Amino acid sequence: MRLNKPVAYIVTALMAIGCAIPAWAQLKIEVTNGVADPVPVAIVPFAKPPADNSLDVAQVVEHDLQGSGRFRALARTQMPASPTQPNAVVMTDWKNAGEDYIVVGRVVPLDGGNLAVDFDLLNVLTGQRVVGQRFVGTPGALRNAAHRVSDVVYEKILGIRGAFATRIAYVSVEGQPPAQKFQLIVADADGENQRLVLESRYPLMSPSWSPDGQWLSYVSFENKRSAIYVQLVRSGERRQVSARVGINGAPVWSPDGKKLALTLGGSSGNPDIYILELQTQNLVRLTDDPSIDTEPCWSPDGKSIYFTSDRAGGPQIYRIGVNPGDRPKRITFTGNYNARPRLSADGNLLAMVTLDSGNYRVAVQDLSNSSVRVLSKGHLDESPSFAPNGSTIMFSEREGNRGILATVSVDGLIGLRLKSEQGEVREPAWGPFAQ
Amino acid sequence: MRKILMVLLLATALAGAGGCASKKPKPGASQSTEVGANNGADSSGAGADAANAGNVGSDEDVAGPTGGLLAKRVIYFDFDSSDIKGEGNDVVAAHAKYLASHTSTRVRLEGNTDDRGSREYNIGLGERRAQSVRRALMLQGATEAQVSTVSYGAERPAVVGNDEAAWSKNRRVEIVYLGPGGQAAPVQPQR
Repeated sequence: MRLNKPVAYIVTALMAIGCAIPAWAQLKIEVTNGVADPVPVAIVPFAKPPADNSLDVAQVVEHDLQGSGRFRALARTQMPASPTQPNAVVMTDWKNAGEDYIVVGRVVPLDGGNLAVDFDLLNVLTGQRVVGQRFVGTPGALRNAAHRVSDVVYEKILGIRGAFATRIAYVSVEGQPPAQKFQLIVADADGENQRLVLESRYPLMSPSWSPDGQWLSYVSFENKRSAIYVQLVRSGERRQVSARVGINGAPVWSPDGKKLALTLGGSSGNPDIYILELQTQNLVRLTDDPSIDTEPCWSPDGKSIYFTSDRAGGPQIYRIGVNPGDRPKRITFTGNYNARPRLSADGNLLAMVTLDSGNYRVAVQDLSNSSVRVLSKGHLDESPSFAPNGSTIMFSEREGNRGILATVSVDGLIGLRLKSEQGEVREPAWGPFAQ
Repeated sequence: MRKILMVLLLATALAGAGGCASKKPKPGASQSTEVGANNGADSSGAGADAANAGNVGSDEDVAGPTGGLLAKRVIYFDFDSSDIKGEGNDVVAAHAKYLASHTSTRVRLEGNTDDRGSREYNIGLGERRAQSVRRALMLQGATEAQVSTVSYGAERPAVVGNDEAAWSKNRRVEIVYLGPGGQAAPVQPQR
C-alpha cells in the first residue's frame, strides 16, 4: 500500500490569504524612460466628505498616469485652482497652465456605507467634457475605483484600453538555502495592495493566472519535489493537479480556463509538453523529443502552443498545434538563445528572453514578419509577461544581486521599475482585465 | 455633450480580502493551508493515483556515509554541460560503490544551474545534470530504486553572485542521502 501524505504539504507551507505585506516589502515605481511628448493633464484633488482621511484618489490616478510614461501630471502646487465640479473649471486658467486635459472628481458617501467616485474628464482646448462616470464600491475598494478612473482617462485620451485596474502575481525570495523564504504575492498592477498567497521554504515558481483572474497555477517544491497546484486567490483553496515522477513545471492556463499546458519530465528526466484537462485529469502529450521541451504558452485562440526547445542545440521557440500528431515548427531564428515565450492578447507579438551580445534580455518578435526588437537593457532580464491590453511587458531584471520588477512598453519607449526595499522579486505574471 | 453617468458596482471581493485587521500575517492563517492541502488531496478524485504517483516515500534527509570521497556530496559541471568531469567521476564512483553494497540505502540527486537564462528551461538543464549522475551511479552498481532526482534549476544557489566564481559553484548536482523508507520507495526494489 502506498502512503498518502497530504500532511507533508502542510508542514512546509504557510498561507496568509488576505493579509497585507509589511511596508518594507512594498514596490515603488520609478520611471526609467518615457515618451518625448507626454500628454499634459491636471488631476485636481477630489472632493471628500469632511474629516475623511481615506485614500487620496486623485493621487492614485496621477501616479497611474504619470507612471505610464505617456502623461505628464501637473504638480498640485502649480494648479491655478481646485475645482471639484466640471462647471467650476475655468478653462483659460488651465490652458494658460499648459494643460490639455483636466480631471475633477468627488468621493461621495452613499447610504449603506458604500462610496461613489464621480469624476469628469474635460478637454481644456475644446472646453468640452470628454466623459463623466461613477464607480461605486466599499471603502476598501476605493483604490480599485481610482485605478478604474485611470483606465477610463487613459482610454479616452490614447484610444488604448487601460490596464491599471488589473493585478499581478510574482514570486518574492529572501535568504539563501537552507534558510530561503519564497512567497507568492498578488498585488495591483502598480505594485500596491499586496497580498500574500503562499509562503514556503522551498522554491515557488511560474505563477500563471486563469483567464477569469480568480485562480493561480504555480509550481511548488514544498515537498522537496516539484508539484503543480491551482489555487483560488480569494479563499486560498487549492488543489494539487500534478505531482508525477520527475519535473512538473511551467503550468499555463488555456484561454478557455479548462486546461493547463505544462511540462512533465518523467523518470527519465526528459521534459516534454503536455495538456492537462483540469476537470477530468485527462492528460495529452504534445511533444516527444529527447531534448528539453518546456515553457509552453497558448496562442490566444487556444489552437496552438508556443514552447522552448533545445532540439536544434540551443534553446529556440517552436509552435505546435494542440491536436495530437501535429509537428512542431520553429519560430525563432535570430540569435542562439531564445526562450520563455509569451504571446500578446491579439496574438501578433511574441515576447521572449533572448541572448543579446552576452546579456539575457526581453525581446519581442512580430509574428507577421518575424522582425525582432530587443526591449530591455539589463544583463539578466527574464520572465516577460504582457499586460492584458498588450501595450506593456512586465519582466524581472537584476539590480546587483537582487531581482526587481520592471516594465517596458512594446515600442520600447517607456521603461519603469517597481522596486522593493528588501528581498528579491521575480517571475511577474500580469493578470487579465477585471470581469 | 450630454452628461453620461455610468454606474458600475465594484466587485467587493478585493475589499473582502482585506479582512485581516493586522498588517502582518496571523499565525492562525496557516490553518488555511491545512484546509487547502486536504482539499487538494481529496478533490483530485480518480486522477489522484496518476497525479500523485511521484509523491510516495519518506524523503527525510540523513547524514549518510562519511569518510574519504563519500564525504563529498557535490558534483560540479561546466557551462551548458551535463558531463561529469575530473574529481566528479571519483566522487560518483565512491557513492555508486556504497549504494551497490547498501541496497536499502536511497539518495536524491538535486540538479542545479547558474542563474542565467530562463527559469523553467534551467529546470530542464538541472534535471539533465541529475540524470547524468543517476546514469553514472546505475552503471556502477546502484539500482533504479535507490536513486531519485529533482531539479531546482537556478532556484537554490549555493553561492550568490554575478560572476563565474559564483556560477561555477552553482552548476552542480548534490547527492542527498535519504532515511530508511524501503516500503514506500517510488519503484519496487529490483533484485
